[in-house]
Amino acid sequence: MTTPLWRTVFAIIRKDLRAELRSRELVSTMVLFALLSVLVFSFALELDRTARQEIVNGILWVTLVFASILGLNRSLATERELGGMDAMMISPIPRMAIYLGKMVGNFLFVLVVGLSLLPVMTILYNIVLIQIPLLAILVLGVFGLASIGTLLAAMTAQTRSRETLLPIAMLPVIIPLLLVVIAAASAVLKNEDAWGWIGVLGLVDIIYAMLGLLLFEYVIED
Amino acid sequence: MTTAVKNDAFAPPNRLRLLTIATVIFTAIGLVMAMFVAKTDVDQGDIQRIFYFHMPSFFGAFVAFIATVIGGVNYLRTRENRWDTLALAGVEVGLALSLINLITGSIWARPIWNTWWTWDARLTSAAIMCLTYAAYLMLRSGIENPEKRRVFSSVYGIVAITTAVLTLVIIRIVPTTIHPAVIGPSPQNAEGAFEFSQNVAMALGPNFIIWGFLIPITLIWWRIRLQNRADAVQMRKIEALAE
Repeated sequence: MTTPLWRTVFAIIRKDLRAELRSRELVSTMVLFALLSVLVFSFALELDRTARQEIVNGILWVTLVFASILGLNRSLATERELGGMDAMMISPIPRMAIYLGKMVGNFLFVLVVGLSLLPVMTILYNIVLIQIPLLAILVLGVFGLASIGTLLAAMTAQTRSRETLLPIAMLPVIIPLLLVVIAAASAVLKNEDAWGWIGVLGLVDIIYAMLGLLLFEYVIED
Repeated sequence: MTTAVKNDAFAPPNRLRLLTIATVIFTAIGLVMAMFVAKTDVDQGDIQRIFYFHMPSFFGAFVAFIATVIGGVNYLRTRENRWDTLALAGVEVGLALSLINLITGSIWARPIWNTWWTWDARLTSAAIMCLTYAAYLMLRSGIENPEKRRVFSSVYGIVAITTAVLTLVIIRIVPTTIHPAVIGPSPQNAEGAFEFSQNVAMALGPNFIIWGFLIPITLIWWRIRLQNRADAVQMRKIEALAE
């Protein structure tokens, strides 16, 4: 008899959140990295008002992508090292639940990073980033990153050169997502209608999540 | 336990021989069609002829990458090694064809766009597509356990097709691209478009079939045979060491 899917998923999410609340390992590393990256960008590129408006989304998302790679690497590697993955594998739970649990966990952690970046960047770059459409883009974009990232990180965590391989495997694959995210976010900042792009973004998310759901069970088997 | 291998056990089957000869002959015919039969473009001159290889070679790469998806899906289902070999062959042949696509595009762009390369949406996504499949090969070489390598490669080969599909559709969704569309109206900013006349179609048709199907299928077939042979050598090595 297997535990129902949703109860398992919530149990895994609860486990990840509890571990994170106690260790504060993932989110603190990611937030610190993200803040440093944003500061580095703001000093490295001396930008005037119009240039800032054009580039601020790029900086936000490049930072988020690198921060999520950092977090995803740790999230799946710890699971392997400490035997969490083995424990979940021998439990009578559907494999899909492991994916959903890990994915939602990673999604929440990266979302926290994104949410903490918005006010910082609003101040540093003097552009109001806390807007409803931008928040929707953030949620959907991070969801896409987490859904394809969890799948790929589960694979690269088992390879010889694990930490270095995830960016190489992940960066090209998320380009379609980034393209749509940036198009949508730029439309918002230019006061154009962005909801069409946000719809496309939802579609990309669905494709990534489907790929993750369908393929995850193959990459964690032993 | 060793099995005797006859010298001609690896000789190509007649079907493959025939296909190879046909591919060589048709490639030559396609070359003649593009170089001599098609009329010179009024605006662009002779350089436009490169298009007869540029667009078909992308399509050939796409066909090869689809073969990778088919190989990947079937490997995950059946766990038969031959499907993974198909996937690997698809990636390598597709990568070669997409490099031909990028290089011919660059040669054409030099006189027409006055630059070898520009960070246009279509060009960027085509480059990203190449990098994705290069990443496939890196991922493959990074995994020692052969079964795990095949599973992960299959998964990544399926995921990677998203970048190829993106490259295919991007000129329809990004309005600012300068890359002309071949079928249907070109984007507003497209530079270097030309009329899709009967004359163009006559030279494009054969080359499309040659570069889009004949060449990738022939190369994939040979690549699969090469891989089988390499695997057989590996097996014999293990057997020899075990004795």
